[in-house]
Amino acid sequence: MLAKLARKAFPKSLWLYHCNSGACNGCDIEILNVLTPYYDVERFGIKLVGSPRHADVMLLSGAVTRPTFPLVKRAYAAMPGPKLVFGVGSCALGGGCWFDTYNVTGGGATAIPIDYYIPGCPPRPEAIVYGVALALGLVDKKAAPVELKQVEFPIDAQLRTKAWEERNVIYKLLRD
Amino acid sequence: MWLTSKLKQVLLVIKPGKVTLNYPAESRPVPEGFRGQPAWDHTKCIGCGGCANHCPARTILTRDICPEIRILFYDGARCTYCGRCADVCPEKAIVMSPDFELATGDRNDITQSLELFMLTCQRCGRCYDLEIKNAIDKLDLRGYRYDSLEARTVIRTTSDRFAPRLLEATEAYRRPDRIGD
Repeated sequence: MLAKLARKAFPKSLWLYHCNSGACNGCDIEILNVLTPYYDVERFGIKLVGSPRHADVMLLSGAVTRPTFPLVKRAYAAMPGPKLVFGVGSCALGGGCWFDTYNVTGGGATAIPIDYYIPGCPPRPEAIVYGVALALGLVDKKAAPVELKQVEFPIDAQLRTKAWEERNVIYKLLRD
Repeated sequence: MWLTSKLKQVLLVIKPGKVTLNYPAESRPVPEGFRGQPAWDHTKCIGCGGCANHCPARTILTRDICPEIRILFYDGARCTYCGRCADVCPEKAIVMSPDFELATGDRNDITQSLELFMLTCQRCGRCYDLEIKNAIDKLDLRGYRYDSLEARTVIRTTSDRFAPRLLEATEAYRRPDRIGD
């Protein structure tokens, strides 16, 4: 639904604003890599702009640290609507390894609403292109929640204990 | 002079040809040893909690909802794909799959939950008591935490969560000009 809405709201080129909120520059280098001829995102009409006032999309990288927290909020407020926010990297999603340190606010979602999540540390350039293509509605979503359950396990355990009881003489003695 | 240099440039550009990967339509295979999303094998897992103990981002949460059932919850949002969980797993129940196309609009899409049946003691019929009793046990058994799966947080004792309201209060604070005002 969000992809449909995005297609309707952004029918032409997307202009990106790259917001680093205390990232280690890993994600930033991958974002730059996306703009190079090898993974040319300008194929999709995407352009990097220097000011949030010109941008449609914010690429947020980095766990939002305490000094950057109000600045990220202001950059988000400066973007004209409708706007999309991509969280790039595990830091922007949930804080990464630094989710509970003293100076980290715990991911971009605490400061601004994030529309698309691109996990990875750093995400591959392909993964970022995939996220952008997902927002544009070019590809289908592949990720899905996984729920695994050990259903056959108790039966196995019961059989094992039964065999163990048969092997052990002490149980027979107790029964008699 | 400038013309020759320009021609040289053009030749240089022509030489490699087209390098752009038409990504969503075609894709290259991932490099060898690439660590993508970890995949659990629930038939092999013994529920030791080693992965939860060693995860640097503390993104694997454990909770025993009853003595027989343990839930391992993996929240991929915080995962750094370091492969530590796959390294420490004694049963090799975790493998790092080459999936990296995990972009999604919903945080729940990159989660995995694992429901494990724990073996009970043959004498007393109960599982090992994992409710932590005192501080020394707490230090000893970091893997057997009693995490909050609903809030997706590690129950922490050392530091509180960052409070934006507190930051706003400190930012808006102004020192009084005169004592007594």
